[in-house]
Amino acid sequence: MPDSVAVVPFVVLAVAAVGGAVMMVLVRNVVHAAFWLLEIMMAVAGLFMLLSAGFLALIQVMVYAGAVSVLVLFTVMLTLRRREDAERPLDLSWSAGLIALGVFAAVSAAVASFVPPAVSAPSVTPGVAEFGAALFTQRALPFEIASVVLLVALVGAVWWAGGDDR
Amino acid sequence: MTVGPIAFMALAALLFCIGLFGALTKKSAVMVLMSLELMTNAVNLNLVAISRFVTPASMAGQFAASFIIVVAAAEIGLGLALVLALYRLRRTVELDRIDRLRG
Repeated sequence: MPDSVAVVPFVVLAVAAVGGAVMMVLVRNVVHAAFWLLEIMMAVAGLFMLLSAGFLALIQVMVYAGAVSVLVLFTVMLTLRRREDAERPLDLSWSAGLIALGVFAAVSAAVASFVPPAVSAPSVTPGVAEFGAALFTQRALPFEIASVVLLVALVGAVWWAGGDDR
Repeated sequence: MTVGPIAFMALAALLFCIGLFGALTKKSAVMVLMSLELMTNAVNLNLVAISRFVTPASMAGQFAASFIIVVAAAEIGLGLALVLALYRLRRTVELDRIDRLRG
């Protein structure tokens, strides 16, 4: 496992992610914004690959690019009565921009003062096998809690979005 | 040429703040939920990057990120179900027009 990451794929994926995020906020059509969100998710999956987190990249593609994008598009389609309703005003506000800039300044100051500890990378990159072994031994309890969380969310979503006949 | 953790953390901060701006400005409930997903992704990127450079052998951040993905999936599912229920009741997803509690 190398100590750092190649710069060219990082720059390409970072530009893709940031550009997609800016387009998602600035584009006026809600359907187009959903597709820009999909593009951001794919770029972040590429960044996970770059960080040698292959399993998380796979999960990112399956959960976000596969499930969440479809869910968002479904909701957009179901809550639009006419095609013209997808076009929305731009909704920019100075106060929100100031808040976002203030948070960015604070976080950037924190990031700039962060000194990464000198850690020697292991000779072999830990892969999916090590991830799974640790997930089912050391972290078995959070894993089971996660399954309960997903079950409760599933039942709740069906209950909320279900029909009126109750 | 290579990059270290700082570049990834700066990228995550930028994505998080773009998502924050979207969540604060958008008037459509679906767009607000999409911006929240963008913010969650920025946090996950930060966790995985720090895990890669600080605890590469134990992958601590990767586990945190995977559980965050679980919770975020539950959140977006419940959020969109709420939006659908709201749309059935009020025939709108405009946050400005859902003001029954306004004084």
